[in-house]
Order: sequence, then structure tokens, then C-alpha cells
Amino acid sequence: MSTGLPTVVIVDDHALFRAGVHAELEGLVEVRADAGTVEEAVATILREKPDVVLLDVHMPGGGGVEVIREVARDRPAQRFLALSVSDAAEDVIAVIRAGARGYVTKSISGHELADAIGRVRDGDAVFSPRLAGFVLDAFHGEIPAAEVDPELDQLTRREREVLRLIARGYLYKEIALRLDISPKTVEAHVSAVLRKLQLSSRHELSRWAVERRLVE
Amino acid sequence: MLAGLAARTGIDVAILRVVFVIAAVATGGLALLGYLVAWAALPSMDGASAPLALPGRLPRVRGGGRVAAGVGLLTLSALLAFRELGIWWSDALVWPLVLAAFGAALLWERSRADSTVDQPARADAAPRDPSPTRLTDAYRGVFGVLLVAGAALLFLSSNHILGGLRDAALTAVVVVVAIALILAPFLWRLGRNLASERAERIRSQERAELAAHLHDSVLQTLTLVQKRADDPREVAALARRQERELRDWLADDGHRSAEQSFAGALRRLAEKIEDDHRVAVELVVVGDCELDESVEAVLGAAGEALLNAAKHAPEPGPIRAYAEVEDTGIEAYVRDRGPGFDIGGVPPDRRGVRESIVGRMERAGGRADVRSSPDGGTEVSLAIGRIPARARDSR
Repeated sequence: MSTGLPTVVIVDDHALFRAGVHAELEGLVEVRADAGTVEEAVATILREKPDVVLLDVHMPGGGGVEVIREVARDRPAQRFLALSVSDAAEDVIAVIRAGARGYVTKSISGHELADAIGRVRDGDAVFSPRLAGFVLDAFHGEIPAAEVDPELDQLTRREREVLRLIARGYLYKEIALRLDISPKTVEAHVSAVLRKLQLSSRHELSRWAVERRLVE
Repeated sequence: MLAGLAARTGIDVAILRVVFVIAAVATGGLALLGYLVAWAALPSMDGASAPLALPGRLPRVRGGGRVAAGVGLLTLSALLAFRELGIWWSDALVWPLVLAAFGAALLWERSRADSTVDQPARADAAPRDPSPTRLTDAYRGVFGVLLVAGAALLFLSSNHILGGLRDAALTAVVVVVAIALILAPFLWRLGRNLASERAERIRSQERAELAAHLHDSVLQTLTLVQKRADDPREVAALARRQERELRDWLADDGHRSAEQSFAGALRRLAEKIEDDHRVAVELVVVGDCELDESVEAVLGAAGEALLNAAKHAPEPGPIRAYAEVEDTGIEAYVRDRGPGFDIGGVPPDRRGVRESIVGRMERAGGRADVRSSPDGGTEVSLAIGRIPARARDSR
């Protein structure tokens, strides 16, 4: 879609970690700036207007969720990729529902991370195998038919298949090959799942959101 | 009001209260009238204390004491009114009772104050010289004891039973009651102190446990990491194991996930492979169920698949395992990105895949597939049907 290296702002309260990511992404993306606190991050993002913000989930002063909220007021189209040491379900769900377009854990390699940044820049969603597992889990149980909003509260068979393959460790192009669909269609399915994840009122999701005080 | 007066004169308010009560009794209630007048005329404790404050003594007097005094005086006036009206037992019973009540009240107040001094909320008051308060407390306590004991004696003597043998039982009862009144607040305070000591002990135990845990786990690992700094794979494995243990510990507060569940068992399998073979295994499990025969077959086959992947395709990691438990069955996948192999070319004596994976699943009524391609790695797929829990229950 866009040309050239994606521009990135790194937000993390650990300077050591920022430096590490910086080094790993050298030559793969263009890191414009980094920030260590919520206020600094908001100011930096609004100033630099990067393609993608690499966002730590846990930070003093409200964490990544707060950064997304603050930035969204002035720059609602800003794209975020969440990066965390935590793989607790409530963290993942909270930051996705706040508006991040993907979630990867900090153990990800530099090349994978650059690939994920590129996809988020192009408006796609990035699901790690673990996130795919969470989503399958959250949409797993039956809910009373009367309460189901089929647009939001259920995954289609195809979406489920795509998520399963992601959870099994398949890359998008391998999924496309396996399901005999185009990689763009795979992207479309994942984006649809992301939208459901953000908008569904399924109680598992609401519960996680409430626990993180997202629903006020 | 009496507290205000105490502040002005420097006499302990408790003394004033008792003196006042005696005066009220002696004058047949006239002193009560005086109290009301003085109460209206004299400034309240809060207003008067600032300029005339006597350090060390004033902080003991609070609104609660004044309320108690008021209630006591109201009770007393009610008693006097009853006495005038003839609704009365006898002087010999009521007055000792009143005295005993006062003494008990003093002792109770003292023990309550003692126990609140220990609270952390009052830590700011601690540096102040505590001796005047201690002194007041001490003689207040003695005074309370004397009041109760005196009340008991008064009761006994005014009923002419002090020396009577036949009333020895009654004497004993009265003495026991008096002693109980004296001791109750001390016992109560003792109980309070024991409880707070126990709470403190639990807190320090938790701290010690946390310290011990960090020492046994994180510090040990960091030491090992420094020693093995020249072996990256070993260091990665050590860090990974420590990370896993710390996560488990944080997530479960020390309790491991249910021993008897499929997800828990699969997780332990993956951890064992990680530890034994210095590889990384990323495991995702959706749903869970209890262990039974068909579940055991999946676990056994998945363990074998993980082992193969760890032996033949440790690089590039991680090995990915995914399992999904549905009402109707279990599916599990183990995938590596190693060099792959030709399934037909596996010699018959290598029983790993054929027996431990395919054979095991087929005997249990499931199936296993192995897909391998030269550069796409290997994936083992396992599937087995389950009798849904509901159907099984209804049999």
C-alpha cells in the first residue's frame, strides 16, 4: 500500500527494552522516536505521526490502553501494535478492545516484528498464535440464542478455520495455500475477527474488559 | 462539660465525673440541675482546649467520653426519679450496682485506649512523651478496680451477709462477678493483642515465603546464567524455565493448574520437553476436560510428536503445539519448522511415529496424520472423538 519503510514510534517504560527493539529493527523500519511515559508518548505520537506505534501494555499511569485513548481524541486513525511480556487474556483483550490492531509478545524476533509492523501499517490485523487461541476460547461457549448478535457475537466457520491455523503456527500465506483462498482473503477474515473482538458484547470479553476497568 | 472543667482545673475528668455523681446522689439530684447550667455556660471541650491545653492529658478526652458521661447522668437521673416514685428495689442493691458500673466503665475505656495506641494510624502521636498518659491510665485503672471492689463490699455489707455462713455461696458469686468485671477488659485486651500479633506474624511469614521463593528460583537462575554465559542455548533454556515458573507462580499464587486436566497435563508435557531438550515449545490450548482413556491417548501421542520435533527439528524454533477440546472430540497439532522428512523412508525399526503416534491413536479409536515437506517443516495432527460429558452423565 504505502511505499518505503514504515515509520515507527516505540513506547515502553523500560529504556533497555526500547534500545533492544531499536537495534533489532535497524534497517527494517524507520524508528522516528521513542517514549517512556504515557504523557511523553502521547505528545511524541501526535508530533511524529508515525505509521505504527509499538506500544507496551504495562506502563505506569494507565498503560498502553491510556495512550491509545488519549491519542484517539486527536488522531483516531493512528495504528497501534501492542507488545507485551504478558500473555494474560485480560491484557490482550483489553488492549485490542481499546483499539490496537494487533498483539505480539516481546519474545518475537526482529524480522517477525518488522513484518507485523508492515501489516499493521497496511491496515491489517496481527494475531499471534496465542491471541488466536484466546479468541477461540472467548468465542467458544454457547450463548443464549436470543442474545446473539450474529454480526458480532459469533465467528463464521471460515474465521474459525483461519484462527485455528494461526494458533497452529501457520503464516498467512500458508493459511491461504491450505484453505485455497488468497492471502488478502485471509487478511479480511482476520480483520473481521478483530472487529468482532472490539465490538462484541459477549460476556467473556465484557468480563475481561470490566476487570481491566475498560467499561465505565 | 466535665471534660472542659477538667481541662481548666487540671484534675482528671474521671475523678470529676465520679465526684459529680456522688454529689448528685447526696443532694438528691440537685447537682444534676447544676450540671445542666454549667454545661450551657462553660465552653465546650473543643473550643476551650486550645489556649489552656495541658499537654499529655487532653488527648485522652474525646467526644465519646462526654457522651458516655451524659448517658450515665441521664441514667442516674432516671434512677433517682424512679426512687422518688417508689419504683425501687433497695438502696443496698442499686448504689453498689451504679458504682460497679462506673468502675467497669473506667476499666473498659482504659483498655480500649491502650489497644488503639498500638494501631499504625496513631503512629504520628507516638513520639510524644507518653508518661503523663501512662500515669493517668495507671491510676484510672486502680480507681476502676477500687470502685468495683468497693461496690461489691458495699453490696455485701449493706445486705448483712458478709459473715453469714448460709450466704457464703452468694458471697462467692458476688466476688466472682466483681473479679470478672475487673478482669474482663484485660482479657479482652489480651485477645486483641494476640490477634494483631497473629496478623503481624502472618504478614512476616508471607514476606519470608516471598523472599525464599525469589532466592530459590530467580537468584539461582541468575547465578546459573552467569556461569553458563558462553552457552547461549543453555542460557536461553534457563531463562525460559525461570520465566515459566515465575509466571505460574504469579498467576496461580503458588497453586498449579488442576492436576487432573488435559490442558494441565499437556502443559507439563511441553515443559518437560523444553527442559530435557533445550528447545522452545509454544503451547496454545483452547477448552479443557478431565483425563480419561481417549484423552490419555492424545497426550501420549502429542508427547511423542513433541519429542520427535525436539530431537529432529529444534531449529528454527519454536515448536508449536495447539490443542482444542470440543464437546465432541479433541484435536491436537504439533508443528515444527525443521527440515522435514520422508514418511515412507522411515525404517521399520524406528517405531516412534508408527507405533507411538499413529498406532496409539488408532487403538484408542482416533486417528493421526503426519505431514512433512522438505522446507515447510512437519506437522502431526491428532484427532479423537469424545463422549460428551452430558451424555456420559445420563447413562
